[in-house]
Amino acid sequence: MATDTSLPVLSPNDFASDQDVRWCPGCGDYSILAQMKKVLPTLGVPREKTVFVSGIGCSSRFPYYMNTYGIHSIHGRAPAVATGLKSSRPDLSVWVITGDGDGLSIGGNHLMHAIRRNLDINIVLFNNRIYGLTKGQYSPTSPLGKVTKSTPMGAIDNPLHPLSIAIGCEGTFVARSIDTNIKHLGMVLKRAAEHRGTSFIEVYQNCNVFNDGAFDYATDRETKADTTIELEHGKPLIFGKNRDKGIRLNGLNPEIVPLGKGVSEDDLLFHDERAPEPSLAYLLSRMSHPEFPEPIGVFRAVDKPMYDQLLNSQIAEARKARGEGDLQKLFTSGDTWRVE
Amino acid sequence: MATSTGETVEVSRRVGKAVRELVAATVRFCGDSGDGMQLAGTQFTNTSALAGNDIATFPDFPAEIRAPRGTKAGVSGFQIHFASKEIFTPGDQVDSLVAMNPAALITNLADLVHGGILIINKDAFDDKGIKQAGYTENPLEDGSLGAYQLFPVEVTRLTRLAVEELGLGQKESDRCRNFYAMGLVFWLYDRSLEPTLRYIEAKFGKRPEIAEANRRALRAGYNYGDTTEAFASQYRVPRANLPPGLYRNVMGNEATAWGLIAAAKRSNCELFLGSYPITPASDILHELARHKNFGVRTFQAEDEIAAITSAIGAAFGGAMAITTSSGPGIALKQEGMGLAVMTELPLLIINVQRGGPSTGLPTKTEQADLLQAMCGRNGECPIPVIAARSPADCFDVAQEAWRIATRYMTPVIMLTDGYIANGSEPWRVPDASSLEPIEVKHPGPPENGTPFMPYARDERLSRPWAIPGTPGLMHRIGGLEKQDITGNVNYEPANHQHMVNLRAKKVADIAKDIPLQTVSGPERGKLLVLSWGGTYGACATAVRDVQDLGLSVAHAHLRYLNPFPANLGELLKRYEKVLVPELNRGQLRLLVRAEFLVDAIGLNKVQGKPFSVFEIVDKIHELLE
Repeated sequence: MATDTSLPVLSPNDFASDQDVRWCPGCGDYSILAQMKKVLPTLGVPREKTVFVSGIGCSSRFPYYMNTYGIHSIHGRAPAVATGLKSSRPDLSVWVITGDGDGLSIGGNHLMHAIRRNLDINIVLFNNRIYGLTKGQYSPTSPLGKVTKSTPMGAIDNPLHPLSIAIGCEGTFVARSIDTNIKHLGMVLKRAAEHRGTSFIEVYQNCNVFNDGAFDYATDRETKADTTIELEHGKPLIFGKNRDKGIRLNGLNPEIVPLGKGVSEDDLLFHDERAPEPSLAYLLSRMSHPEFPEPIGVFRAVDKPMYDQLLNSQIAEARKARGEGDLQKLFTSGDTWRVE
Repeated sequence: MATSTGETVEVSRRVGKAVRELVAATVRFCGDSGDGMQLAGTQFTNTSALAGNDIATFPDFPAEIRAPRGTKAGVSGFQIHFASKEIFTPGDQVDSLVAMNPAALITNLADLVHGGILIINKDAFDDKGIKQAGYTENPLEDGSLGAYQLFPVEVTRLTRLAVEELGLGQKESDRCRNFYAMGLVFWLYDRSLEPTLRYIEAKFGKRPEIAEANRRALRAGYNYGDTTEAFASQYRVPRANLPPGLYRNVMGNEATAWGLIAAAKRSNCELFLGSYPITPASDILHELARHKNFGVRTFQAEDEIAAITSAIGAAFGGAMAITTSSGPGIALKQEGMGLAVMTELPLLIINVQRGGPSTGLPTKTEQADLLQAMCGRNGECPIPVIAARSPADCFDVAQEAWRIATRYMTPVIMLTDGYIANGSEPWRVPDASSLEPIEVKHPGPPENGTPFMPYARDERLSRPWAIPGTPGLMHRIGGLEKQDITGNVNYEPANHQHMVNLRAKKVADIAKDIPLQTVSGPERGKLLVLSWGGTYGACATAVRDVQDLGLSVAHAHLRYLNPFPANLGELLKRYEKVLVPELNRGQLRLLVRAEFLVDAIGLNKVQGKPFSVFEIVDKIHELLE
């Protein structure tokens, strides 16, 4: 991420556009927008070098509310739009805003390939486990049995785990946060921005109109300490209101164990976000409520070559080896003949 | 007609062998798709081009990479028309046919002119091969080829003999058969072996034994013609009288790629291609990928949709953005085109048309995507459409497409087709320094903090191309309807009406910025032949032929299909009849009827093949009766 110390200090309001925000009152998107506006001024990237790209859905209105450059594109295609933009303009800081329907259903293919290419972009997926803009159909992350307008007898397809997908696609930065956990969300967004390569962040986001309370287990003051677990690099996986429970590996499976009674912290699973193999991150991505506390934080953060960088270094290499392209030479390459 | 019945002059050369001079000739190599017929064709093409002929080629190959050997499905052909006069088509009929097996013979014989030369690989005519092709009797023995000058040659055996000393396996020896056949045809048309020998060195230099085998096979084929008594005469097609200059042979897809690179240079933009492999468009991607030192970025996307939307992202960033495909891929891109219309970004969409619908005929040509280009999207969604008429014309049309796209801030569709994309012709190399700049402007930071209006208009109704990185011009665009001037999302009825009309007028007004339509032939009269795209050659030749007979027929060939040239309606009304030959069911005809109320007559062919000149000539005669 480029920094420019000569810039005037910007505040969150500098990143607010003049457009009225039109999400439903009480929507989790407001909180994500607020955190984004707080984080951006800390990155040292000027507003004109920042671009928000989105697809279609409630979350995809996001670019209109930012005083940066932005494209509100078509359904599911934001990662592809961002790929073209970042490949040809590596100087820009590019953010993709998507949702569970936009990113994982209609745009699943683009999301998969953007992640594996590892362009230096940030993808934030607002997961509310419902189609909000189209007024309440089930989404690829809705649980089995979910009763919606399009599934009056309950959903019968298995839901996706967005982070498992990202890890399976060779994601180099994979993280999760929650709309109401604003401090944590801000931290995750900042780390995503600083990561070189594609950052993929799933944000649990409440749709208070069509799927209210979907994440209550993870946000409720009473339960969240037992239903979520905050990942910290190099630290053991401990959770619970009294921090008296941990995650231990039993063969290839995680299990919940009480601390004390013969189990010490050293017996627990230690988080290693930099593990070269994605197995641990994958295992963590599979831990789901109610069997397990759901991890939040950075699952994986590793360095790998970036598509935009490789593409542009091939251009530089070709120019160095063959010189700047010469049209006349191109036209006369191969056999020619002269007619007098 | 483009067959080779020019005057013949006998020239004594060597004992027993005469050289007959021809104005033009057409040769077709055909065999199994693994027999190297495309290579034989391209080598003969290059050699003829270097000898100064005008040329036109038609490669015709199956969609399957290797259909079962010896079957009709696997037959691959390459036709070359070469002449000492100006020609526009690869020829209706073939003067010399080389058939490497029975399947190739049975599928191609109908195109051989009566009395034409028929060179057969006799060794492939065993019981199995004959049966596989669908013959009940061996055609070499049952007298059914009596109408032709038949030359059964043991190509397999003689090739093996020629390379015997090199100790290659039988399979590798047999791979040299195409060079043997080439050598024989090179002799027949008195062609130099030098360009092909150079090719062999360049291509196989790292495998000396293979290079040597191919050289020996080539020479053996040549010597067979020269020394055996089978062939009584050779033919020679002298140089064509082309305008002076430096020439090269160019294929349509290659010319498109070079036109794009030239347009990028002329406009000082960096080229970004988002593309997904598809026949017959992939060669544009391949060619562009080779020229990274021009700042060309090629992105092989995960699908057709990503190909166009990545290009839209690049266009937003200020790149010369392009996507290339063929019919089925273009269908997938239509929503993206709508986004480019709404966001008013310059973007080129290149459709190398093939036979449809659906997967259709991937390797065969058709012109049936004109209506898809005109009307394929949801909503009122006008996009300028221009079409190339020949392989070399792709170079000019690609640049013209980019000129329009940037001047009017609009996506532009360029249509070519499989026939011109894979065909080739001599191209007079332009002087690169004489190519005029294409002016592209990106607004700079605003003065005195004036708010930026991304949908403000200039005199051509185009909006400013403000790109990220410019301080003070931050703005958001997208697929929702825009308020005029501010570019804010707006759903008001009157605004939508205004914007729909505005986008339509912007495209319609391009008519003021393109040349008026010209005709070749009488300015008014009995019949006008109106064509577009790859049928140019057949139509131009047909009209010239009937004009030579003294008939009052004119020809207008459209490059600009949306908008039409400003004088087209008036021009069409100057003729009693208008004939529109198309490789579809009448798509241009529908458009000109709707636009100009002209009762145009169609000549429509959808066989995956280009028009033969005689088909158009016959129709012209019918209409003039």
